Amino acid sequence: MIGSSLAGTLAEDTGAIIKLAILAVGGQGGGVLADWITAVAEHNGYRAQSTSVAGVAQRTGATIYYVEMCRDTGRMPVFALAPAQGDVDILIAAELMEAGRAVMRGFVTPNRTTLIASSHRIAAVSEKIEPGDGRAPSDQVMATMKNAARHLVCLDLEKVALEAGSMISASLFGALAASGALPFDRESYASILSGSGRGAAASLRAFAAAYDQTSKAGQAEPAAASEARPTGKQAKGPARLLAQWQQLNVRIAAYPMPVQDMALRGLRKVTDYQDLAYGAEYLDRLDMAVKADLAAETCALSIAAAKHLANAMCYDDMIRVADLKTRSKRDGRVRAEVGINDAAVLQLTEYFHPRAEEFCGTLPLSLGRYIEKRPKLFAWVDRRINRGRHIRTDSMSGFAMLWCVGGLRRWRRSLLRHHVEMDHLQRWYKLALDRAGDDYALGVEIIHCRRLIKGYSDTHVRGQSKFDRVLSSLDDLRGRADAADWIRRLREAALKDEKGTALDGALKTIASFSRR
Amino acid sequence: MAERSFAKEVEKLRLGAGEEFSGEGILAITKALLQCGVGYVGGYQGAPISHLMDVLADAQDILGELGVHFEASASEATATAMLAASVHYPIRGAATFKSTVGTNVASDALANLASGGVTGGALIIVGEDYGEGSSIMQERSHAFAMKSQVWLLDPRPNLPSIVKSVEDGFELSEASNTPVMLQVRIRCCHVHGQFTAKDNQRPRMTVANALDAPRRDTKRIVLPPASFLHEKEKVEKRWPAAVEFIRSRKINEVFGPDIARVGIVLQGGMYNGVVRALQRLGLADLYGETRVPLYVLNAVYPLVEDEFLNFCDGKDAVLVIEEGQPNYIEQAFASMLHKACHTTRVIGKEVMPMAGEYTGQVMLDGIGAFLRERASQLLPAHIRAPNTTDISQDMSDLAAIVPGRPPGFCTGCPERPIFAATKLIEQELGPHHIASDIGCHLFSIMPPFELGATTMGYGLGPASASAFNSPDARRRSISFVGDGGFWHNGLTSSIGNAVFNRNDGVIVIVDNYYSAATGGQDILSSRASNRSKSTKHPIAEAVKGMGVKWVRHIENTYDVNGMRNTLREALSTPDTGPKVIIASSECMLNRQRREKPLIDTAIKAGQTVVKPKFGIDEDICTGDHACMRLSGCPSLSVKTLDDPLRDDPVAHIDQSCVGCGNCGEVADAAVLCPSFYRADVVHNPGPWRQFADRLRRKMIRALQNRREKRRLEFLDA
Repeated sequence: MIGSSLAGTLAEDTGAIIKLAILAVGGQGGGVLADWITAVAEHNGYRAQSTSVAGVAQRTGATIYYVEMCRDTGRMPVFALAPAQGDVDILIAAELMEAGRAVMRGFVTPNRTTLIASSHRIAAVSEKIEPGDGRAPSDQVMATMKNAARHLVCLDLEKVALEAGSMISASLFGALAASGALPFDRESYASILSGSGRGAAASLRAFAAAYDQTSKAGQAEPAAASEARPTGKQAKGPARLLAQWQQLNVRIAAYPMPVQDMALRGLRKVTDYQDLAYGAEYLDRLDMAVKADLAAETCALSIAAAKHLANAMCYDDMIRVADLKTRSKRDGRVRAEVGINDAAVLQLTEYFHPRAEEFCGTLPLSLGRYIEKRPKLFAWVDRRINRGRHIRTDSMSGFAMLWCVGGLRRWRRSLLRHHVEMDHLQRWYKLALDRAGDDYALGVEIIHCRRLIKGYSDTHVRGQSKFDRVLSSLDDLRGRADAADWIRRLREAALKDEKGTALDGALKTIASFSRR
Repeated sequence: MAERSFAKEVEKLRLGAGEEFSGEGILAITKALLQCGVGYVGGYQGAPISHLMDVLADAQDILGELGVHFEASASEATATAMLAASVHYPIRGAATFKSTVGTNVASDALANLASGGVTGGALIIVGEDYGEGSSIMQERSHAFAMKSQVWLLDPRPNLPSIVKSVEDGFELSEASNTPVMLQVRIRCCHVHGQFTAKDNQRPRMTVANALDAPRRDTKRIVLPPASFLHEKEKVEKRWPAAVEFIRSRKINEVFGPDIARVGIVLQGGMYNGVVRALQRLGLADLYGETRVPLYVLNAVYPLVEDEFLNFCDGKDAVLVIEEGQPNYIEQAFASMLHKACHTTRVIGKEVMPMAGEYTGQVMLDGIGAFLRERASQLLPAHIRAPNTTDISQDMSDLAAIVPGRPPGFCTGCPERPIFAATKLIEQELGPHHIASDIGCHLFSIMPPFELGATTMGYGLGPASASAFNSPDARRRSISFVGDGGFWHNGLTSSIGNAVFNRNDGVIVIVDNYYSAATGGQDILSSRASNRSKSTKHPIAEAVKGMGVKWVRHIENTYDVNGMRNTLREALSTPDTGPKVIIASSECMLNRQRREKPLIDTAIKAGQTVVKPKFGIDEDICTGDHACMRLSGCPSLSVKTLDDPLRDDPVAHIDQSCVGCGNCGEVADAAVLCPSFYRADVVHNPGPWRQFADRLRRKMIRALQNRREKRRLEFLDA
C-alpha cells in the first residue's frame, strides 16, 4: 500500500490555487480564451490546468471553460475539473445573461469573486420569438451582479472587440489583465497574443482597448443608454413646404408640454409618410385627445394618441416599402452596415411576395372593391400576382420599378387600402375617446391596443384578429373598475405568443367572471 | 475533414523517452497507445472522444511509419468487432467510442469478444458522456463490464495516470485473456496537462504479419460447446488472473494516513473532486496530502476483496463515492463486509445523491455530512460551526429572468430551412407525427421549431416511426435521419425495414456532407476527397439499392419553397411504400472553415469575389418577429430602436451573418415581410463592372434627387 504519513500541519492552504471560470455562448471563442489564460499562467511560472466540455454544448448553447492555477513549486497540485459553487476567484462572462447565470449558479461570491462581464446581450431563441418584446430585463441582472461580486468589471466588451476587428475573447483577455485579478503584468498577457498567429494584430488592438477602458472605468457601470434626445425640429426642403411645416409646429407648441415631444415625432412620421396635409390631418385628430385631456387635467391620453395615431396613419403598404427602399439615405445605411465605401460595387436584392390583397389595396377604391367582391376574379389575379419576387435595386429596371410604386404616394388617399385603414382608425379612435369619457384609464388602454396591429400579410391579419379579440372583451368588462387593467393584461398576453394561446386563456378568465 | 485540426499537435506523438509531453487528455491517450506498441486502432466519433478519432486521423503518417493500422469504423459495433484481430494473434488493438450510446451499439460484438477471450491486449477506450454538457441518456458503462465480464479501468483524471492506465490496460488484458475497457470522462478528455514521454514501440506483430500466417482455434469461437466452457473460464481462470494482476501491480492506490477511524473509497475518476472537497474542509493540502485515508479504485471492475477489507480494518465507517446509479460498487463492498463478518459500516448513497453528477458542491456536502457524523473531531472549528452569510435571496430572483440557452443550429445551418419548410407544411396540412433521430437535426425539437416527438437512437428515426403505418390513417408519419445516422445504422434498420414492411411514411434524410454533430468527420457520402478513405457514395443510390421507389433529392436545402413542395408531394402522393427525401447542403461550420481562407486569398490576389450578407430595413420591419419563429439563427436577433413611437424591438442581422439565404427564402415562402435584403459585396470588380455600376448609380441618384428635392427631409431622423 502506498501510504503517506501525515505531517502535523498541511503543506499549503488551498487558497494558493486560483480558480477561474469562463461562461460563454458557444461560438464566442471561450476555448481560445482559456488557452491564452493557461499560457499566460505558465509563462509566469505557474502550473495551470484547463478543462472544457466540447461537443454539442458548443453549438450556440451556454458553455463553461475552467482554469485552475498555482505557483509552480515542482510538485504537482491536485486541480479540480469543474467550478464549484462558492469556490471561484475569477468569473469571466462573455455575455450579460451568462453573467446572470453564473451568479444564479453560485459561482460568484461577495467576499471573493472578481466578476468580469461583458454588458452586451445575445438574445436567446426564447427571447426572440415573442411577437412583442420578449427580452429578459437587464437592469435586475446588473443590480444583482453588483451585490454578488467582490469586484465587478462590466462594460461592452463585444463592442470593443468589434471596433478593433477582433473577437470578444481578446477584449475579455484585456479586461482580465486590467482587473488585476491575476498577479501577472500587462506585457506577459500581450506576449501570449503576439504569438497567437493569424489575427494577432487585431487581437492585440482589442486587448489594448479593453485594457485601457477597464483601467479607466475602474468599477464604472456601463454608460447610460442615451443622452437627451434631439428635439428634431430641423427640416430642410423647399421654402414653401418649410413655411407650412413651421405652421404645424406652432400648433404643437400650443399643446401641453409633456405631449409636445411625442406629437412632434408623430407629425414628422406622418409628414414623411405622406405630405404636410396629412400632418395637419394628424394634428386635427390629436386635438380631440388633447381637448379630452384638458378636462381630465392629465396628458396620458394625448401622449398615447400622439404615438398610436401616427403609427395607425403610417400603415405599411407597398407604396411605403417602395418609397423607403428607394431613398438615398437607405443606400448609405446599407453600405455602412455592410461595411463598404462608396466606391465598391454592391448588389442589392429585395425580397417581395405580393398577393392579390396587396395588389387590390393599391388600386383605386372602386376598382379594388370590384375585384375583391368577385372571388373568381380575385383568385385569377392572385394566380398572377402571388409569388416571390426578388428585385435587384442596384439595377436600373428594378430600382425604377420600385421608384414608380413609391410615386403612387400622390394618389394614396384614393386607394382602397387607405379607405380600409382610415375606417378602422376612426372606429378605434372614436371608441377610445368615447370610453375615456366614463373611464379615462380604459380609453388610454384602448389607444395602446393599436400596438397589436403590425406586420404584413398573414402577420397583419393575425394582429388585426388579436386586436379585435382584445377589444371584444369590452362588453364583458363594462362597468368594472378594473376594466383598464384587464385590457392592459389582455394586450400583454396577446404579445406573448404567435397564435394567441395566452390571450385565449385570459379571455376565458374574463368570460368566466362576467357570467357570474 | 474534421472541425478541428490536430495537424500541429500530432507532432507531439513523436516525442521520445524522457521528453515532456504537454497537451490535451485525448492526445496523451494516443501517445500512450503508440508507447504500448499498439498494432491497430479503430473507433467511431462522438463526444467526448471525437477528438481522439480526429487526432488519429491527423496522425496517419506517424501511425503508418510505425506499421499501425487505423480505421474510422462504420459504427461502434464495427470498431469492437475489429478487436477480433487480437483473438488469435498477439497483436495489441484499441477501439474507442462514446459511451453509453456507443457501448449499446457495440454490445453484440463486445459480448462475443468477451466470451472467446483475447490473446493480444484488447483495449476499449470509452468516453463517458455523463453529467453537465452531456447530450445523451444518463447510464453507466459499468453495467456493460459486469454483464460481459470485461474489466473496467477508471483512472485518476490527470495525464500521467491516464497514460499509465493505457499501459496497465494492455497488460491486464493479456494477463487475463480478457478485453479491458478504459473509461475517461468528458472533462478528463479535454484536460490540459503534462507527462514524461517514452519511446514509441513498433507492434511486436503487425496485422500484415498476421495475414501472412493465419491462425485459428475452434475453442475461441462462440458456439457450443466452447461457449459453455468460456463462461467457466471467465470465473475460474480469467477473473482470478485479473484480480491478481490488479493486486500485484498496485493498480488501485491508497493515500493518507495508515491509521484512521474513517476512510473514503472512490472511483479513480472522482479523485480530483474528492480531494477538492477535502481541501475545502481543511483536510487535504494543495498536493493531495490528506488526513482522511483514500482507497482509489483505478480498476472499478473487478474489485479486489482482500485489498478492500484491509483498507477497512480498524475503521468504523468508509464512504463510497460512486457516481451514477445503480450503486454496483457500494453493493459489492457491502456484500464483502457482510460475508467477512466485518464491523465496518459502508456509507454511500445515504449521504451522496443516488442520481446525477457529483459536482463540487455535491462532493462538499456529501463528504462533509459523512465526516460530521462519523469523524467530527477531524474537522476544523470553522467548518464544524460555520458563520455563513446567506446571499441566496436575490440570486433566486434571477432564475425567473435569465433565459435558458440550450444548444441549437449554428449561424447559416442548412438544416434550419428544412425545419422551416416542415413548420410551414404543418401550418398548411396540420400537425403530423414526427420521429427524430440523433444528430444536429435533433435541435428541431427546441424553439423556434418544436418539431419531433421521439428520439430512439442513432439511425433509428424512421425505424421509430415504423409502427405508425396504417391504411386507416389520413396522415402519414414524417421521420428524420441524418447522413451520419444513415450510414451508421439507418440504411438497414430504418430504410430497409421500411421497404420490407411496406411503410407508407415520409423519411427525410438530412445530408450535410459530414458526420457534423460529432465534429465534421467524413463519411461515405461526403463530397470531399479524403486521401485515405473512399468518399462520394451518393445516399440516393444506396436508398434506391435498398428498394425505395419514391426518392426525391433536394440539392439546395435553402430552397424553402422547393423543400415545402416536396414535403407536400410526399405527404399526399398515392404511391405506396416509403417516400424518401434526401435534403443536401453542406454543414455551414465546415463550409466556412473550408471556404473562408480560399475567399480571403482570392480577394487578396485581386480576383473578383462576391460575398453575400443579409440585412433588414429597420423602418420597414414592424417588430412581429415572425421571421425568427421560422429561423432561430444566432445572427438574426432583435434590436431596440431609438424611437419612442416604436414599442417592440425590430429584427436585426449582425456581422456574423454568412449570407446563407434562409432569411430571404423564409420571408418569401411564408409571405412574411419585405424588410429583408441581400447585399452582395463585389470585391475587386473589373473595370467594365465598375463603369456600369457608376453609370447605374448616377441614374439612380438622379431619380432619387428628383423626388427628394420636392419633399421635406428631417435631418436627425
